[in-house]
Amino acid sequence: MTAAIDDAIANPAALKRTRRPSRFLAALPSYIQATPLALILGAFLLAPVLMIAAVSFWDYDFARLYPDFILTNYAETLGSWVTWRTYLNTLKYAVIVWALTLFIGFWVAYYLAFHIRTATMQMVLFLVCTVPFLTSNIIRMISWIPVLGRNGLVNTTLIELGIVPAPITWLLYSDFAVVLAMVHLYTLFMVTPIFNTLMRIDRSLVEAARDAGANGWQILCNIILPLAKPGMAIGTIFVVTLVMADFTTVQVMSGGQSASVALMMRNQMSLLQYPAAAANAVVLLVVVLFMVAGILRVVDIRKEL
Amino acid sequence: MSSDRRGLEFWILSVFFALFVLFLYGPLSAILILSFQGPNGGLTFPLNGVSLHWFYNLTQQQAVGDFGGSFRRSFTLGIMVTLVTVVVSLLAGLAFRRKFFGATPLFYLSIASLVVPSIIISLGIGVMFQQIGIRPSWYGSAFGAHLTWTLPFGVLIMFAVFNRFSPSYEEAARDLGASSWQTFLHVLLPMIAPMLIGVGLFGFTLSYDEFARTLMTGGTYNTLPLEIYGMTTNVTTPVLYARGTVTTIFSFLVIAATLGIILWLERRRARG
Repeated sequence: MTAAIDDAIANPAALKRTRRPSRFLAALPSYIQATPLALILGAFLLAPVLMIAAVSFWDYDFARLYPDFILTNYAETLGSWVTWRTYLNTLKYAVIVWALTLFIGFWVAYYLAFHIRTATMQMVLFLVCTVPFLTSNIIRMISWIPVLGRNGLVNTTLIELGIVPAPITWLLYSDFAVVLAMVHLYTLFMVTPIFNTLMRIDRSLVEAARDAGANGWQILCNIILPLAKPGMAIGTIFVVTLVMADFTTVQVMSGGQSASVALMMRNQMSLLQYPAAAANAVVLLVVVLFMVAGILRVVDIRKEL
Repeated sequence: MSSDRRGLEFWILSVFFALFVLFLYGPLSAILILSFQGPNGGLTFPLNGVSLHWFYNLTQQQAVGDFGGSFRRSFTLGIMVTLVTVVVSLLAGLAFRRKFFGATPLFYLSIASLVVPSIIISLGIGVMFQQIGIRPSWYGSAFGAHLTWTLPFGVLIMFAVFNRFSPSYEEAARDLGASSWQTFLHVLLPMIAPMLIGVGLFGFTLSYDEFARTLMTGGTYNTLPLEIYGMTTNVTTPVLYARGTVTTIFSFLVIAATLGIILWLERRRARG
């Protein structure tokens, strides 16, 4: 796959387009080609989101929904301090997981891009990092249970070594477990975009800096880090939106002791309180879109592709 | 970096990378080993004998769940999602090569598809189908829900591919008298085939493992991730690990086969 990209990079002829007399006729194939994507996203993304926006104003009872225009759902959602606490808790996860994945992701990508010398080895090590991310999230989550549990690997080892007298209980079913599992699940989303931007840094910049007398630390701070920012921004978008939307990790790894916004929605959905869940969804969507817009102010991702 | 002596930085980062790989694979190998637990063994170490008991158990009819059926559904759905993702992303990628009215909104809609929390899409499609009066099903509503997750990846990859793709190959083909269909089939397609297979792999694995988007849209019959999720709360024997091992090995096989095909294509192209 990368070889194909490399081939393509090797021939960066300008994207010249011949001008045709009729603009619409020239673009006609594009309209036809773009139609399936537009139809699918329209039907399964745009329409459902609009539906949620509408339903968030509806009335409901235990059996069905009543089309209406009431603000009760929002009043209940925003007026309850449980909501605010849940949002704070979710944001806490987002910030901690973001910081950890950014740190790990950057160093892993930096190691692959600048310390591994052959392209084949780079590809192999990159695949080693990628493969677990193509397997089931739920299985990767439950695989922590025999490691962190009361009689798990970590506790048994610590006790045998005499480091702790009794099993540590906060390893599993705690905030620690939630954050650990999220870092485990989402770090690749940081590694890939950062690796991608690092690979495109012109190596002669680094050479020039070295010739000008910069030490390794200065090169890292003044050249590599600023140029890696777009990749970090894209990784941040992925990680932040994934953590904000997460409910399975929080539910499984906290053993039901912690809450997240999506988990709160899921509970409302299982009680068939769809309008309440919809109001929550709208608030969550607005929060997430604001976060993404904030990140996009830092970087134009279209240029990065 | 480019000096020949490996500095301290290299060794520190090598250790860091090794720890990261251990962090990725350690827990997975734990459930792999524990799925061979003896018949009287529990959910944690130590191994109480070695057996295939739990794999055998997996094939039996169980109190909760239906492994074979859910696997078949997830597999079929994965193939459907793969095919549609590859074709639609390729077409969209071709479309974005020209400027057209609505290109930017469509691009941002694809990005939005990545960003909108999956549970919101699940809820939206679920409620929408309920209001229209269509019964949700894994091959209908869940199929659409999965596409909203796989298509943006496909479109972004295709976008990146065509950004780096020089039109001079096609111009050369046209100069030699090829029709636009011939140019597409004999010049463009072979060059981007490895990337398309990569898009397909993404489509399949993302769909095969998708949970949140299937939750409200899956209908009566469970897909594999829903089954496994159900098991995490109900099942307290290593049969859970056996199921995890089987699905993970299946994922590994799919990935290995795909990489094999990509390598084979690259070799063939390099030779021809």
